[in-house]
Amino acid sequence: MSGLRAHELSRRFGNRWVLVRVDLEVPAGEGLLLLGPNGSGKTTLLRCLATALKPHHGTATFEGTDLWAARHALRDRIALLSHATRLYEDLSAAQNLSCWAAMGDYRPDVPALLHRVGLDGTGSKPVRAFSAGMRRRLALALALVKQPRLVLFDEPFSALDPQGREVVGGVLDELRGQGATLVLSTHHASLGARFCTRAVRLEAGRIAWTGPAAEARDVVADA
Amino acid sequence: MRGLRLVLAVVRKELLLEWRDPSRLTGLLVFSAALTLLLAFAMPGVHVLPDVAAGAIWLGLVLASTRSLDQSFRTEVENGALEGLVLWPVPSLVIFHGKALANAIVLLLVAVPLTALVFVLYHPRMHGSVVDLGVVLTLGCMALAAPGTLVAAIATQARGSSALLPVLFFPLVVPVVLAATRATTLVLEGDPMDQVGAWVKLLLVFDLAHWTLDGLLFSRIVDEG
Repeated sequence: MSGLRAHELSRRFGNRWVLVRVDLEVPAGEGLLLLGPNGSGKTTLLRCLATALKPHHGTATFEGTDLWAARHALRDRIALLSHATRLYEDLSAAQNLSCWAAMGDYRPDVPALLHRVGLDGTGSKPVRAFSAGMRRRLALALALVKQPRLVLFDEPFSALDPQGREVVGGVLDELRGQGATLVLSTHHASLGARFCTRAVRLEAGRIAWTGPAAEARDVVADA
Repeated sequence: MRGLRLVLAVVRKELLLEWRDPSRLTGLLVFSAALTLLLAFAMPGVHVLPDVAAGAIWLGLVLASTRSLDQSFRTEVENGALEGLVLWPVPSLVIFHGKALANAIVLLLVAVPLTALVFVLYHPRMHGSVVDLGVVLTLGCMALAAPGTLVAAIATQARGSSALLPVLFFPLVVPVVLAATRATTLVLEGDPMDQVGAWVKLLLVFDLAHWTLDGLLFSRIVDEG
């Protein structure tokens, strides 16, 4: 079955086009590395693919279904890990996960999820008292609640120590093993290339380069 | 059945947030109590206090509700949780009904001690039953919570939301406040012409209209991409 496909995907804010005729193809179960300087349109592209933003031109499909048109049905299968953690500051880690799970009618093993991201033992401590890295890990656990088929991660390695990066890497390996399609936006090209076969570099909202993820390291080093 | 379960999950989350940070509810109680006290001082004499008791209750509730609604959506925008909810497989209508129900419950939690305080300070007569008063308070709080939830969702997406919320909210709830105050006055002071039923029916109509139409508008606002 076909994975993720975007055809001439474009989006503007006001009169400024931040994404211009982007074409992508990620076969099911494979990973795409998204590179580019700040403001190049990576986050906007991920938000369009996550159905948080409606494209102003072009289409994106997942497993043959138009993402925006079928967004209510597809959101069950899409996980977006973005700069915004979606966490409730006054709730504990377990309460955050169980509340979000209940609101989506999911029944995850919350203690196991917390253990998976190394946050077991945080007890009733509110998220407000968490470090940036701990919040990032909890946001990752939240993305896993859905058992997603399309995984869109925006800078998943930011604010993380080496141990945290290892946790994220392990989760990404696991998701790939389960056949999830992955789009990973990161400045850490060498880290991201571990999980992706192809890479795309965006510049001013347009695709400036595309090629094997393994070669992306050089492209970034030159940039 | 699934829809009801999801609505209750949203309500549970909202009430858990209130429970984990009790300063929000305490702040609402102190605010409405202070307002009621100051209003009593502002009256021309003690003899008019029983006549304005119903108005004091609803003025306190309307002003407290703007604070509570603002707080309710501030937690959602703090870390992008509102967008997260929209991207979660939960229909926007469920989010609206869950949040509106939780806001109504919070308002009722303010209404009970506030009404007791008004009885202590304003000495209104009580001709109707406590059940009648409870019905009017419940219907009135629900009729404030639904449009308030819609307006708070609009206001939080704009700059200066704290100023925008009352500007949008107050004109929308004037009919509700009018009906709720009249019904409460009739419950307190007696209803020789048997009019309270008509005001309660009017409150029911407001509830039905707001809980259906506002929900549809809410879906358009939060999920337009």
